[in-house]
Amino acid sequence: MALLEVHDLEVNYGVIRAIKGISFEVNEGEIVTLIGANGAGKTTTMQSTVGLIPKKSGKVIFDGNDITKTPCHKIVHLGMTQVPEGRRIFQELTVYENLLMGAYSTKNKTGFKDDLNKIYERFPRLAERKNQIAGTLSGGEQQMLAMGRAIMSHPKLLMLDEPSMGLSPLLVDQVFEIIKEINKDGTTILLVEQNAGKSLSISDRAYVLENGEIVLTGTGKELSESEMVKKAYLGG
Amino acid sequence: MEFLTILINGLSIGGIYAMIALGYTMVYGIAKMLNFAHGDIIMIAGYTIVLFFPVNPIVGIVAAIVFCAIAGIVIEKVAYKPLRGASPLAVLITAIGVSKLLQSAALIYSKGAIKGVPITTLGAIELFGGNLKIDVITLITIVCSVAIMVALTMFIKRSKTGRAMVAVSEDKGAAQLMGINVNKIITITFIIGSALAAVAGALMIFKPQGVEPTFGAMPGIKAFAAAVIGGIGSIPGAMVGGIVLGFIEAIFGATPLRDYVDAIEFAILIIVLLVKPTGILGKKRREKV
Repeated sequence: MALLEVHDLEVNYGVIRAIKGISFEVNEGEIVTLIGANGAGKTTTMQSTVGLIPKKSGKVIFDGNDITKTPCHKIVHLGMTQVPEGRRIFQELTVYENLLMGAYSTKNKTGFKDDLNKIYERFPRLAERKNQIAGTLSGGEQQMLAMGRAIMSHPKLLMLDEPSMGLSPLLVDQVFEIIKEINKDGTTILLVEQNAGKSLSISDRAYVLENGEIVLTGTGKELSESEMVKKAYLGG
Repeated sequence: MEFLTILINGLSIGGIYAMIALGYTMVYGIAKMLNFAHGDIIMIAGYTIVLFFPVNPIVGIVAAIVFCAIAGIVIEKVAYKPLRGASPLAVLITAIGVSKLLQSAALIYSKGAIKGVPITTLGAIELFGGNLKIDVITLITIVCSVAIMVALTMFIKRSKTGRAMVAVSEDKGAAQLMGINVNKIITITFIIGSALAAVAGALMIFKPQGVEPTFGAMPGIKAFAAAVIGGIGSIPGAMVGGIVLGFIEAIFGATPLRDYVDAIEFAILIIVLLVKPTGILGKKRREKV
């Protein structure tokens, strides 16, 4: 069953047509990736789907609800959130307070302690640094915090925008491992990546975005074997 | 003894500036705008207290806080909300327009007559065998402003809404992704700022000159200067800036330069901006590309 359906989405920046009517869907339990070059419209697609930037036209259905015109904060309450590009953790708050903000949309107080312990178990570095101001964390730690913060809201669908950006190869592997784990725990994943090789290897399905249009779609395996993808995104 | 008098006066004047400056700085931090109509909220508080004073002074103060909070909500919804995302200049000019509108409305309401409360002093207490004389209102002002600043700091640090305010001030988009309703947080900010301005107005009202349409203009501008000196957007900065300005006023008020106090304060603002453009506690914000 499709958890997220996007139909004919169009997004404009002034007179520039950034997204030219794309459709895609994410089924429950899947890892789906949008790959594409810089400026292809990946982040725009992500941000307009979650309601952070306005859509020109199209329709977005999440978990049976039409959320085309729903403001972002309400979409989060419905169970979809995003680890935004550049992580955007709250620099002035502590690690613990960032995780607390992640749980803003949850009502259950006792659940919070359990969730927090789970996050600290999954990301031991965050436990070590829980009272540290988040702005002083390293890039990798900030990515862990951004993911931990997003999971605190118990999303049914978690979108991750370029989670590997700016990280060392070792950390990139770690991030993709964690994404797989989160997915195994029952969270559906929509991923946006420039690192096509890694992301296709963990994806059930993927879409290739070029100049605001979807030009190719298939399973992760199919796409990683496609000549066109190999040539454009896998360096040969 | 003169030193103590200056200290107490400085704290009291500074406490009032700090309370008003908090409104400027919170709105700036969260809605990213300079609300130049903030000072006129003090004037609304003044007229409300004068109106209800014959019934009961406490009722007057409570009514002022409620009225000002409502005025804050209405101004934000009607004048500023439609301009969210517009150029900062458009918002700034609108804020100046709102300020003029409120002052003109007050002029029509008061027909130009200066209104005051029937008592202009709450008396004074004498300490050290009459060597130190402190007005009761000065003491009340110090106690009130310290209590309010402590309460506000606790609210921001410890409450869910307070933390949401910090989150919104830092990154609106990321805050929305936490499920925070940014519009609601902005409304709450205007309510708190306006209520603080109302309290400041209540503490300023026991003066012989009474309430006139520009009652809040000068304290408003000075509190804005205090917010900038402390570092606009920073809550502790507004408190520090307010107290600094209060002490400047108290110190120079006790010298032959007392007639030039306003000029000295704004000169200090200029010097601070030249030496440290972000203010005493202000941080340099990273520009997002």
